[in-house]
Amino acid sequence: MPQFNINVIIENKPTIRDPEGEVIMRDLMVKNGYTQIKGVRTAKLLKIVVEASSSQEAKQIVSKMCDELRIYNPVVSICSIEETGA
Amino acid sequence: MRIAVIVYPGSNCDRDVHHVLTNVLKVEADLVWHTDGNLKEYDGVVLPGGFSYGDYLRAGVIAAFSPIMREVKRMAEEGKPVLGICNGFQILVESGLLPGVLMRNVGLKFVCKWVNLRVENNETLFTKRYTQGQILSMPIAHNEGRYYIDPDGLSELKKHNQIVFRYVDADGKLSERANPNGSLEAIAGVCNRRGNVLGLMPHPERASEPILSPTGATDGLEIFKSMLNLGD
Repeated sequence: MPQFNINVIIENKPTIRDPEGEVIMRDLMVKNGYTQIKGVRTAKLLKIVVEASSSQEAKQIVSKMCDELRIYNPVVSICSIEETGA
Repeated sequence: MRIAVIVYPGSNCDRDVHHVLTNVLKVEADLVWHTDGNLKEYDGVVLPGGFSYGDYLRAGVIAAFSPIMREVKRMAEEGKPVLGICNGFQILVESGLLPGVLMRNVGLKFVCKWVNLRVENNETLFTKRYTQGQILSMPIAHNEGRYYIDPDGLSELKKHNQIVFRYVDADGKLSERANPNGSLEAIAGVCNRRGNVLGLMPHPERASEPILSPTGATDGLEIFKSMLNLGD
């Protein structure tokens, strides 16, 4: 069966503060001259290899798993799932 | 009364809790590995502090899927006392036994210090030896202790009197300074609606003997005595 590379990106909902992103922007980027930077949000990336019959099925498996195993916390986080080339 | 103290890979306050139960309070308690059988012979359970599974992915989430959690959930449903301290609190919210979530401290630093807590609800299984509004001294030691819940969840918590402890200053007043991690409404501990499941970030087991307390106070001991239904 073919394998598919699926990326899962977990980040805080837009309404939830992300102090790590705020510090990276303020204390690293803006303070060192990159004043064009107007927003930074940190996220967690899981690169997952899935065996499935199609890309569609691979994404469905990962999506179900993310909900079932609380890979992201639905109270404060959102999770997006995309297929990548490699 | 016989109490189970659950041990996960990475727990590090399990022995402290066990010591307080067996040596200070002289009750029966066992350290129980998180994959071991059942908890049928126990009258209560403590999920101790530490760093279960190295806090990977999110503090508490992997432990929340441990086999023993089925038993912990059963005990919670039966109305037996379930106490989660620090990482144990994180495990309880991740397993859905308590509402809300514990996020990284607003200051992005691990915070380890003694704090003042105000008793907001003295009608739980764990707080009946306190008076309403009593100020307690206990230490915290955590990196992910910022309690959060959405506005609907917060009003549910208030409606059902589930906020048990808040961080306050020495005079018992709320202030940004007295809130060590940026918790919503300075929440330090919450319970379920029935009041038999409590999670808190502070460590009552580290505030149970005068020799370990900067003021000699043993405010934490009352939580265990209350949960064990002990007299004076």
